[in-house]
Amino acid sequence: MKPAPFTYHDPRSVSDAVALLATHDNARVLAGGQSLMPMMNFRYAMPDHLIDLNKVSELAYIRVENNTLNIGAMTRQRDIEFSADIGQHCPLLHAALAHVGHRQTRNRGTLGGSLCHQDPSAEMVNMAALLDATMHVVSQRGARDIPLADFAVAYMTTALEPDELLAGVTFALPAKKHGHAFVEFARRHGDFAIVACSTMLALDSHGNISNATIALSGLSHAPLRPAAIEQALLGQKPDAATFKAAAAEAEKISAISDAYVSSAYRQHLARVLTCRALEQAAAHAKEMQHG
Amino acid sequence: MADTRTISAIVNGKSHTATIETRLTLVDFLRHELKLTGTHVGCEHGVCGACTVLVGGISARACLMLAVQCDGLEVATVESLAADGKLNTLQQAFQDNHGLQCGFCTPGMLMTLTEFLRDHPEPNEAQVREALSGNLCRCTGYQGIVDAALDAAKKMRGTTR
Amino acid sequence: MSAEKRPDSLTGFGASVKRKEDPAFLRGEGQFVDDIHLPDMLHAAFVRSPYAHAKVGAIDKHAALELPGVHAVITFADLPEEIRRQTMPLLVPHPAIKQPLLPYALAKDETCYAGEPVACVIADNRYIAEDAAQLVEVDYEPLPAVNDCRAAIEDGAPLAHAGAESNIAARFPVKVGDADRAFAGAAHVFREKIYQHRGGPFFMECRGAIAQYDAQSQGYTLHVSSQGSHRLKRCMLDMFDLGDHQMRVITPDVGGGFGPKGSFYPEYINVAVAARLLRRPVKWIEDRRENFLTTHQERDQYWDMEIAVDANAKIIGVRGQLIHETGAYVPWGIVLPWITATTVPGPYVVPHFKLDVISVFTNKIQTTPVRGAGRPEAVTTMERLMDRVARELKLDRAEVRRRNFIQPEQMPYKVGIIFRDGRPVTYDSGDYPASQAAALKTADYDGFAKRQLEARAQGRYLGIGMANAVEATGLGPYESATVRVATSGKIVIYTGATPQGQSHKTTLAQIASDQLGVDFNDITVVTADTATIALGIGSFAARTAVNAGSSVHMAAMEVAAKAKKIAAGMMECVEDDLELSGGYVRLKSAPDVKKSLREIAVKSIGMPGFSMAGGLPPGLEHTAHFTPDQAVYSSGTHVAEVEVDIETGEVKIVRYTVAHDCGRVINPMVVEGQVVGGVAHGVGNALYEQLAFDENAQPLSTNFGEYLLPMAADVPKVDLVHLETPSPLNPLGIKGAGEGGTISAIGAILGAVEHALEPFDVRIAEAPISPQRIVALLGEHARGRTL
Repeated sequence: MKPAPFTYHDPRSVSDAVALLATHDNARVLAGGQSLMPMMNFRYAMPDHLIDLNKVSELAYIRVENNTLNIGAMTRQRDIEFSADIGQHCPLLHAALAHVGHRQTRNRGTLGGSLCHQDPSAEMVNMAALLDATMHVVSQRGARDIPLADFAVAYMTTALEPDELLAGVTFALPAKKHGHAFVEFARRHGDFAIVACSTMLALDSHGNISNATIALSGLSHAPLRPAAIEQALLGQKPDAATFKAAAAEAEKISAISDAYVSSAYRQHLARVLTCRALEQAAAHAKEMQHG
Repeated sequence: MADTRTISAIVNGKSHTATIETRLTLVDFLRHELKLTGTHVGCEHGVCGACTVLVGGISARACLMLAVQCDGLEVATVESLAADGKLNTLQQAFQDNHGLQCGFCTPGMLMTLTEFLRDHPEPNEAQVREALSGNLCRCTGYQGIVDAALDAAKKMRGTTR
Repeated sequence: MSAEKRPDSLTGFGASVKRKEDPAFLRGEGQFVDDIHLPDMLHAAFVRSPYAHAKVGAIDKHAALELPGVHAVITFADLPEEIRRQTMPLLVPHPAIKQPLLPYALAKDETCYAGEPVACVIADNRYIAEDAAQLVEVDYEPLPAVNDCRAAIEDGAPLAHAGAESNIAARFPVKVGDADRAFAGAAHVFREKIYQHRGGPFFMECRGAIAQYDAQSQGYTLHVSSQGSHRLKRCMLDMFDLGDHQMRVITPDVGGGFGPKGSFYPEYINVAVAARLLRRPVKWIEDRRENFLTTHQERDQYWDMEIAVDANAKIIGVRGQLIHETGAYVPWGIVLPWITATTVPGPYVVPHFKLDVISVFTNKIQTTPVRGAGRPEAVTTMERLMDRVARELKLDRAEVRRRNFIQPEQMPYKVGIIFRDGRPVTYDSGDYPASQAAALKTADYDGFAKRQLEARAQGRYLGIGMANAVEATGLGPYESATVRVATSGKIVIYTGATPQGQSHKTTLAQIASDQLGVDFNDITVVTADTATIALGIGSFAARTAVNAGSSVHMAAMEVAAKAKKIAAGMMECVEDDLELSGGYVRLKSAPDVKKSLREIAVKSIGMPGFSMAGGLPPGLEHTAHFTPDQAVYSSGTHVAEVEVDIETGEVKIVRYTVAHDCGRVINPMVVEGQVVGGVAHGVGNALYEQLAFDENAQPLSTNFGEYLLPMAADVPKVDLVHLETPSPLNPLGIKGAGEGGTISAIGAILGAVEHALEPFDVRIAEAPISPQRIVALLGEHARGRTL
C-alpha cells in the first residue's frame, strides 16, 4: 500500500497554488492528509501532481466578524478545538468536533479537507449545513462563493472545478440565546456516524419555539436540512408531543443503504436522534433563557 | 523520472539530511532510511495508530504524512523516550502493568500517551480510554495499557511536585 | 545471608515477574521481520486476482519488466519444476476429507478467491514493486462465484472449483450414544438455528518473510513472522525437495498471530524462489489490504440444533447439523469443524449426541483456526441451547446449568467422542460447578435482579448472561526444549515454541530457574530458530506452556542432576549432599563450599585427548521432548452484564467477570493478560467484527474503517477469578491459557443481550449481533420514547 508516483508541489501562497492547479492536469490538493493519504496509499487516488497546501499560511485563520465565523480551509481541527473564540461564539462546533476522529487525526486534519472530502456523515459537513456555511472558492479565473447546499453534488463529490480550491468557509453564527445539540450514533468512538443530527432551537417569551434548525447526516450523500420539520416546529411548545411528531417526520425521509447499514435503520436512527437532539436543545434553550 | 527532494529533519534531536522520493511516507522514511524501526506500520490508512509519532511535539500518523512534509520539522519517535538508557516513567509503567504482549502496537501507544499525559496530567479511566481510541491493540484487551497510563500519570505527578 | 542467596523463589514458577521481553519493545528495539534490513535486499509485491473466481489466461509482463528498478516478474510458468508439480501441503490429512483441494504457489489456470496470488513482482523497493504489479496484464475470464456455504450445497449451485465433483470438502458425523432413540422419549425437545459469522485474527503486525539463498549449500534462510518455524521449514523442504541442512527458518519477534500465522502461505515460497533466481535477499511484507484479502479467517457456521431434556431440565441429548464454510481451500483439513463439533458438550453431561458436519467450499479466503479455534462457536451454540431450556421451563439459567454439570468426582470424565488428536475426549480434571459459582459470586449475580429493576425504572435495559466452556489445550505431539549451560556459565534454553506475545521468554525461564537455582533473568530463551534445535511444532492451540514448559522443566531437571553428578566428582562428595543455588552447586551443609556452573560446564565438555570422566555424556545440557498422551482441559465461566439502548440497538458491556481454570499458573500476571486480551477478541466477535462480501464473493470489508475491531472504549474492564485444578497429566500440573478468554465471551454476551430484551420476547441467534439487527428484532419497540 504505497502511493503511486506523483510530482510534489509545495506552494507558499494561494496565488501560487491556484497557478499550479491551472497548469497541471490530474492534480490533487493535499490538506491535512487524513482522507487523501489513505486513498493514495490504497491507490484509489493516483494524482500526477500533488499540491501540498500545508505551507500556505494565509489559509489558516479563525475570525469572528459581524455574526459570522470565518475559518480558513487549512485551519486544523485541533486549532478549532482549542479556539477560545469558537468556544465563546459557537460552542456547538466544539461539541461536534469531539466526535471527529482521534487526537492524532484532529492534530493534522483540516476543516477544508473534511469539507472537500465530503463524507456523508462527517461532523464538520453537518455543522456547515446547520450553520448555513458559505464556501469561498478560488482559482486563477477568480473567486466565487458556493452555498453549502450546492457544494456537494454527488456522493463524496463537490462542486469544485479541477482548477479550484476551497480557501475558506463562513458560518452564520447562531442567535445569542438559543439551545443547541449535536447527537450522533457511531459504532465506536471516533468513527464516522451512521446518522448524526444537530439542531438549534430558540424560544420566544412564551416559551414556544421561535426558531428551529436541524441538520441530518447519513441519510443522503450530503446532510439534509428538513425544511418541513423546521417549519412545523415554529410556534410549538418544546414538549414530548412536539418532538415525537418531528421525529416521526424525520423517519419518513428516504435514506441511502450500503453493505453494512440498511436505509430502514438509517431512517430509524433519524427518528431517534432527531428526538434526542430536540430534547437536548430545548433543555439547553430553557437554560439559556433563564440563565 | 522519480520526483525527489532533499530534506533536513531533526529526528529525536539529531539532524538528518536525505534525498528522498517525494512519495515516501514519513513512516517508511523513519524505518527504512533512518533505520529507526521502533515506529511500526500497522494499516497504512490511519486507523491503527501503530505509526504514531510526534511532529513538532504533537501526535500524528506517520503513515499519513509524506517525509517531504517534515523538511525543517522536529520528529520524535519511540526511540527518544529512554534517551538516557533508562526506561522513562511511562515505559516503566507499561512493564509494571503488563501493558504490552506482542509489543507491536506499543510504540504508537507510548507516543499517544506521551502527548496525552503531557496535556492531561490527571486523567480518569474514561479519559484514558478515549485518548487511546485511535490506537488498536489486539493482544491486551487494553486493560494493562489503561492501568499503565493511570499509573504513569500518578507517578509523573509525584515526581514533578 | 550471603549476597548469593538464591533469589529464584521470587522469580520462579508462580511468580508474577515482570517480563524479560518488555524493555526492548518499550525502547522500540524489538525486531519484527520488517525491521530486518539485509544488504542488497529486494522487495516483492504480488499481482492478485481481482475476481473471487476466474480462469487465468495469458499474462503479459512486458510493461512491468520495462519499469526501472524491476528485477523479475514471476508467474506460475516461471516457477521451478518442483514447485509447479504440487499444490501447497494439506497440514492435517483426514479420511473424511473428500476433496483435499489446495492452491499452487501461484495461480496455475484458475483463481478461487479474490486476492489469490497470480504473479510475484520483485523490485528495488516496495513502491516500485507495486507500480510494476499494476502494469502486469492478466487475462481473466470471470467464473460464477460461490459466496454462501448454504447455497453452495444446493442442487445446481455453481462450483467453487471448476471441475470439482461438488462444493463439499468433507462430511463427517460425531456421535455419542443413540441420539435419535433418546430424543423419541424426551419430555421436551427444543430447536435452535444459529448463525456465526466470520472473523479474522487481525494481528497488528501483518505477515511477512525474507528469503536468502546461499548458492554454496543451495539452501535458504527464511525469516518469517510465523507461529512455528519448524513446521514451516518442513513445508518448505517438501515444496523445494531439499535436505534438512538446506532450509533454516527463523521467526523473529511476532506482532500477534492468533492462529492464522500458523498456516503456510504461498508468498513464502515465492520469496524463496525469487531469492534463488536473483541471488539476492527478497523481502515481502503483507500490507493491510492483502491481510484482509489473504490471511486466513475463521468460520461462517450455520447450526440447526435440537436439545432434548427431561422434566427436570436434565439433558438427554443434543443433535443437529453444522454447515461449516472452509472457503476456497482446506489447508488445515477439517481441524476447525472437528474441534467445534467435539467442544459442544462442554462441561455438561450429554448422554446422547449426534452432529452431522459438512465442510463446504466457497470462493472466499480459507477459514482456519483463529483464537479459540472453533470452540467459541460450539460454546455459543450450546449455551444458547441452555438458555432456551431455562426460558421454556421457566427456570433460572444458572440453575439449569448447575443441574447438568459434570461433577468433579466424575474426573477423569470420558465424553464419549474422539478429539482431533485421535484420543477419546477425556477431561483430566476440573471443577465446573465451582467455576460457575465463583464467577456468579464475583459478578454479583444474586444482586442483578435489583440492578435490573432500578435500571428499568429509568428506561434502561440491563441483561446478564453466562457461558461455561471446557477447552482442550496442550495438544501434542511435543515441543522440545534444550537447556544448555555454556562454558561461560551462561544458561540458554532453545525451543521451537514461537511466541507472538505470550511471554514465553519469561515463563520458560521461570520454569527452568527453579531447577537450576538461578534468577530467571540469568536464563536466555531462544525461540523458533530451526538451527538451534532439531524438532519443534510451534505456538498455537494453547499448547506451549504445557508442551514446551514441561520439556523445559524436564531438561532443566536433567541438567541440574548432571551438574550435581559432575560437581560431586569434583568436590568428592555424594550428589545428595548438593544443591543448586545462585549459579553454584553447593554443599547443603556448608553453602560456601561450591562449584560454579561455569566450572562444571567446562568440566562437562571434557579435555581433548582425555576420556570423559564418570561415563557421563558430554556437555552440561539436555534436550527433552515431553510428549503428552492427550489434551489437558482448561475450563471457565464468563458472566457478561450489558445495557442495551433499545432505540439505537447499542450494546454496552457494563460488567464482565471471568472465572478461569488453567491448572497451575506459571505467571499470574501473564495469564491474566492472556484472558483479558482473549475477552476483547470475543467482544469483537460478539458485537463488532463483520466481513461483508458481495454476491460475487468479492470482499467488501478491506480496511479498519469498515471492519470494526474493538477499541479501548469498547471493551470492559474484566474481573478475573483464578481457579486452580492442576492437571495430573504433566509434571507441572499446567493447562493452556491463551484462548479461554475468547471462547465463552460470545455466548455470555449474546445471552446477556437476549436477557436485556426479555420484555420484548426477542431471540438472539447470531453473532455478531449488531445494533441494526437488534433494532430490526425489536420492531415497533425500538421506537421507545419517540412513539
